Amino acid sequence: MTASRPTTTKAPSIKKALLTGIGLLVMFFFLAPYLQMLITSLTPAKELYEVPAQYLPSRFEFSNFIDVWHEAPLWGYLRSSLIISGFATLLVLIVALPAAYYTARYRYRGRLLFLLLVLITQMFAPTALVIGIYREWVTIGEFLPWAGVNTYVALIIVNAAFNLAFSTWIMVAYFSTIPVELEEAASIDGASRLQVLRNVTLPLALPGIITATIFTFIAAWNEFVVALTLAQSPDIHPLTVGITTFIGQYRVEWQFLFASSLIAIVPVVILFIIIEKWLVGGLTAGAVK
Amino acid sequence: MTQSPTAKEPATPRRRRLPNLGPLPWIGPALLLIFGVVLWPTFEMLRTSALDISISGISRGLTGLTNYQNLFGNPDLPGIMIRTLVWVGVVVVLTILISLALAALLNAAFPGRRFVRWALIVPWAASVVMTATIWRWMLDTFYGIINRILYDLGLIPTFVNEWLGVPDVAIIWLMFVAIFVSLPFTTYVILAGMQSIPQDIYEAAKVDGATGWNRYRSITLPLLRPALLVASIINMINVYNSFPVIWAMTEGGPGSQTDTTTTFMYKLAFRFQDIGQAAAMSVVNFTVILLFVLLYLRVVDWRRA
Repeated sequence: MTASRPTTTKAPSIKKALLTGIGLLVMFFFLAPYLQMLITSLTPAKELYEVPAQYLPSRFEFSNFIDVWHEAPLWGYLRSSLIISGFATLLVLIVALPAAYYTARYRYRGRLLFLLLVLITQMFAPTALVIGIYREWVTIGEFLPWAGVNTYVALIIVNAAFNLAFSTWIMVAYFSTIPVELEEAASIDGASRLQVLRNVTLPLALPGIITATIFTFIAAWNEFVVALTLAQSPDIHPLTVGITTFIGQYRVEWQFLFASSLIAIVPVVILFIIIEKWLVGGLTAGAVK
Repeated sequence: MTQSPTAKEPATPRRRRLPNLGPLPWIGPALLLIFGVVLWPTFEMLRTSALDISISGISRGLTGLTNYQNLFGNPDLPGIMIRTLVWVGVVVVLTILISLALAALLNAAFPGRRFVRWALIVPWAASVVMTATIWRWMLDTFYGIINRILYDLGLIPTFVNEWLGVPDVAIIWLMFVAIFVSLPFTTYVILAGMQSIPQDIYEAAKVDGATGWNRYRSITLPLLRPALLVASIINMINVYNSFPVIWAMTEGGPGSQTDTTTTFMYKLAFRFQDIGQAAAMSVVNFTVILLFVLLYLRVVDWRRA
């Protein structure tokens, strides 16, 4: 991405200053709500409900970030989010890696059909299907109570299935760029098939695998509709659903709500920045080079 | 569009090293997930829309089109459908226009550009529910900071001003937040499109004396067409499906006056306990999404992968 940036020859410094100024405004606009999140999360409880609202509290209550852990069921929400996102990501990798590798390497019958299926499922968000998803897992729960509505198993599997497409797609693209000759050379040198995969193919496809991993993790971490529908008991609520239950109380403890939100947001923003340059190609499924 | 028979097709000797069980052990698990978790609910949704289901979830047999008749007889539906249309149209069009400007900015070289890009990633990476919730708090009638800012700017006469409780005003703020969370992805797609345009085209245009705006209009915009199409369709799907923004800020209320067909479907099922009618609504929604997907497949050269 950085390679093709246009280099304006001897651009006047006024223009650059102007652009930087606009850039700063844009930056402020996109960060403003999260800045407000930070300010609210550091506001003493007494000062939350003031008319008019104050730009800054009289002092920053840093202990809010300690109190939130026992004043709110944050541990539970965090644990649920980690379990759901972690296992969903693992499942996606286990399922998508072989599918992507085989699809990139071999022209089997039905290959195009498989790719089409993957592309279509990438376009299907669970939102439009949530009624069907709910009914399905109610039925499954009648036969397998450990996998029905209100279980981690259901949430993990649904999250994995709806993120499978992106991962498969981006890994097919990566495996396709690795020349078959490289794998051949290694196996001529006496490496077994598994050694070739482990020592040649996987390391070369690593950017794709990392992108798929982080993207799936974040998507599951931020998922809302399915969790709202399938996770009915508070002890399996992930963070996204958990924070909405703060509201609806008589006096919403906004400082804890947004402290929890920030704890959820900061790590994924950092992960996202790491994979940013590989994302667009995967999300637009090969449409934008 | 044509399948290239070159390069990646391995010759037969390479195939030998795999025990030849065909593709199934490799793609089988993926198919199982897709069929079991994505396609089964689709079927289940269609089936449920034709069933008479009691509040406790027990099926009392087929009812044919009764659920659809109930849905289309629902007095709230026409307003919700018109609102959904406006919602998707306004949010997508404004998102694209603003993203074009943002991408142009981020494509120019200036000190600190990297930080602007990082800032743009934050609403993309952050949970939409959480982003919508902070906007809800900032728009609070009594304690919201927006009222304070607008008052200090002299734009409103008092500190107390209701935004999200007034349907016509609330919908505008909902659109604002929906645009806010759609901009990062869209901007990045357009930016990627801009960076794939070869520089020498611009150099040639410069030699011919084309000004900046002329170059943008006659080179950049036409060459961005594929990126814009893709971004538009993906946005249409996302915005149509957009549930968390509305749910976290107004829950579609007051009444159903800020509902779209997506939040209304959810309410039918889990507020009004009418799973049958909700399934009928989701079949309608699903059909719309399917049309967008077909459009996408026409636009995208997906076989190239």
